Amino acid sequence: MTDFINALVVLSNFILVPALTYGSQLALGALGVTLVYGVLRFSNFAHGEMMAFGTMITIFGTWGLQALGVSIAPLPTALLALPLGIVGAVALSLFLDKTVYKYHRQRKASPVIFLIVSIGLMFFIGGLVRFIIGPGDQIFFDGTRFIFSARDFKRSTGLDEGLALKMTQAVTIITAIIVVAAMFWFLNKTRTGKSMRAFSDNENLALLSGINPDRVVMITWILVGALATIAGTLYGLDKSFKPFSFMQLLLPIFAAAIVGGVGNPLGAIAGGYVIAFSEIAVTFAYKKVVTYLGPDSFQPDSLVQLLGTDYKIAVSFIILVIVLIVRPTGIFSGKTL
Amino acid sequence: MNQTFFNQYRTPILYSVMALLLVIVGVGQGWSVAFTILNLCLISAIMSLGVNMQWGYAGLFNVGVMGFAALGGLAAVLVSMPPVEEARAAGGQGVLVGLLILIATIFVSIVAWKQFGAKSKKTGYWMLFIIIAAGYALMRLFFLPSVEAIEGVNPSVTGYLGGLGLPIILSWPVGMLFAAGAAYVIGKVALGLRSDYLAIATLGISEIVLYFIKNEEWLTRGVKNVNGLPRPVPYEVDLQQAAWFQQLAADWGMELAEASSLFVKVCYAGLFIAVIAILMYLSETALKSPWGRMMRAIRDNEVAAAAMGKDVVKRHLTIFVIGSAVIGLAGAMLTTLDGQFTPVGYQPLRFTFLIWVMVIIGGSGNNWGAVLGGFFIWFFWIEAEPIGLWLVDTLTSFMEPTHWLRLHLMDSAAHMRLMTVGIVLLIALRYAPEGLIPERTARKH
Repeated sequence: MTDFINALVVLSNFILVPALTYGSQLALGALGVTLVYGVLRFSNFAHGEMMAFGTMITIFGTWGLQALGVSIAPLPTALLALPLGIVGAVALSLFLDKTVYKYHRQRKASPVIFLIVSIGLMFFIGGLVRFIIGPGDQIFFDGTRFIFSARDFKRSTGLDEGLALKMTQAVTIITAIIVVAAMFWFLNKTRTGKSMRAFSDNENLALLSGINPDRVVMITWILVGALATIAGTLYGLDKSFKPFSFMQLLLPIFAAAIVGGVGNPLGAIAGGYVIAFSEIAVTFAYKKVVTYLGPDSFQPDSLVQLLGTDYKIAVSFIILVIVLIVRPTGIFSGKTL
Repeated sequence: MNQTFFNQYRTPILYSVMALLLVIVGVGQGWSVAFTILNLCLISAIMSLGVNMQWGYAGLFNVGVMGFAALGGLAAVLVSMPPVEEARAAGGQGVLVGLLILIATIFVSIVAWKQFGAKSKKTGYWMLFIIIAAGYALMRLFFLPSVEAIEGVNPSVTGYLGGLGLPIILSWPVGMLFAAGAAYVIGKVALGLRSDYLAIATLGISEIVLYFIKNEEWLTRGVKNVNGLPRPVPYEVDLQQAAWFQQLAADWGMELAEASSLFVKVCYAGLFIAVIAILMYLSETALKSPWGRMMRAIRDNEVAAAAMGKDVVKRHLTIFVIGSAVIGLAGAMLTTLDGQFTPVGYQPLRFTFLIWVMVIIGGSGNNWGAVLGGFFIWFFWIEAEPIGLWLVDTLTSFMEPTHWLRLHLMDSAAHMRLMTVGIVLLIALRYAPEGLIPERTARKH
């Protein structure tokens, strides 16, 4: 029996908790991609870099607060600086929409042109971020590291295996829940949210009923900027901030959005967790688990790993391919925004 | 009057400007530099021809140019490097058995799908899942020990299977085949769905190809690189010892070392020009043929073309495979020119998006434009760094040499490239979406 519980603890410690955290980050990212898709109707490749930009502003805010001696320990100071990052990302999004996207929107350019434009912006923002903060690693986490560590857990339960919960993991999951709840409340209950959904559902009909398209677009960019900053900051707190890694996040985020059905917020969240769980479960070495669950004195020689950790990115790709073959409209097809 | 003259002779004028730029570099920085730039311009031009086929003829957006180019580079290694006998003895059989199991798994899956999937999708999926899982487990059983054995053979020098030891020129068509195979699989999955799915799928495949090349050391030596690939042209050392070449160098009035390196570059340029001439002939002929008109008709109005009885998805698949094959060819040529295979060198900015800028600036849909774009953009990409540094230096010359802003700007010059590519792309899309040499249509307006 203890063997069984030990195995469960190993699984929770190395799969459940990390995947919930990573899944929340992906879900928030995919939510942003899906919003742009639903309202503006293109795949926004610049989203990853927008996350990096918002996070960068948050980092500057964090440093500023730290210099002033402001602290909300045990929580990380970055949470306090988050609004500043959001304002920065929203400002940049609105600025880029006005200077770049608006022109193509007025000419009713095809979605592919928007996609290429967003790639141009991806490089522009990427260059801007690297230019301002540099390409290196930035650690901006402070506050308490663990809510409870593996050693505490072992001591209080008497098990052989430990389960740790990092502060960043708890913060990520709780923030994600709050943000998602607020998001759904906004989309379903407020007048503005409803007008956004109407616009996404049928643009012409929405225009006929007097919805101001410019306002809808503006609100979309505000939401997208905020989501990008929150997702990026949570990811940066949990891992570390490195401009390069946000480009790498692009594929899992797109995969999450497509798995759930592009344009569908609920799907984006489900997709984020699907991708995160598969990625971590497939690349996890099950040696310890098998040792606990198998008969006594049985120990596998290999790591019992389905796929090397280097191929993490392949997992999101394979899921993407399977979804495209089996159900190209995603799991929650048929309903957008 | 001037305007019409320029428009009428746009192509020759712009090509002359490009030639003039290369000559200026030749006189100013030396002919060796000029030919190095020219060779890379030629390869870039071939890549941009490939992208132009996909984007310009058919409107397909491929974000995975890098992956297809890397597959071409892989072909160069696998075809030309001498085989490592020890490694083959150590693990060749196991790898072979593993590959056979892989092929058998795919074959059995297809048969099983046709048998069961047609009747009930659910049974079909379960059958597929079981077959693939079993095949994968069985394959790893044979694969992993052999891979370890191969990588253990003299790891600092070899540690991989080596190639076939054939002339490297043969790798060019092989590179086309590799890229075409990958493109076929991706095209089968992603074409016929929404247009951005192809973009995301190609982005994924190119990342995976790169991870594969970096990690599968038994095949590619991974990040340890493969150096000293054989050449299709003579080596400098041999040239310097040949009597006829010493005579030639004396006639030119050049140093022997300088002359030999220049000669090698000219040989490469000759080869590349031959390839580009053949490609240009074929693609121009294809574009003017009924097939080319059909492709453009599909691009301009898919619904109308489908209504006329054209199979849009199949035609898209064809052109996607052909375009990717051309990119694979360029990738193999690039690795041949470099003489080494460095997986870390494949960066999306340089291998995917720069090529995109070439096509868009050059003129999508026009082969001459795509080639010119390849030349222009590569030229400025190479010369941008000295120009950028000079610019920063001049602009900040009034500051103290150790001023923080000046130092920061000097350090960040490299990131400016990223930004510049983005801005150039945005400006081109907005102000000159037709490019330098716009597509020719039978009638304007």
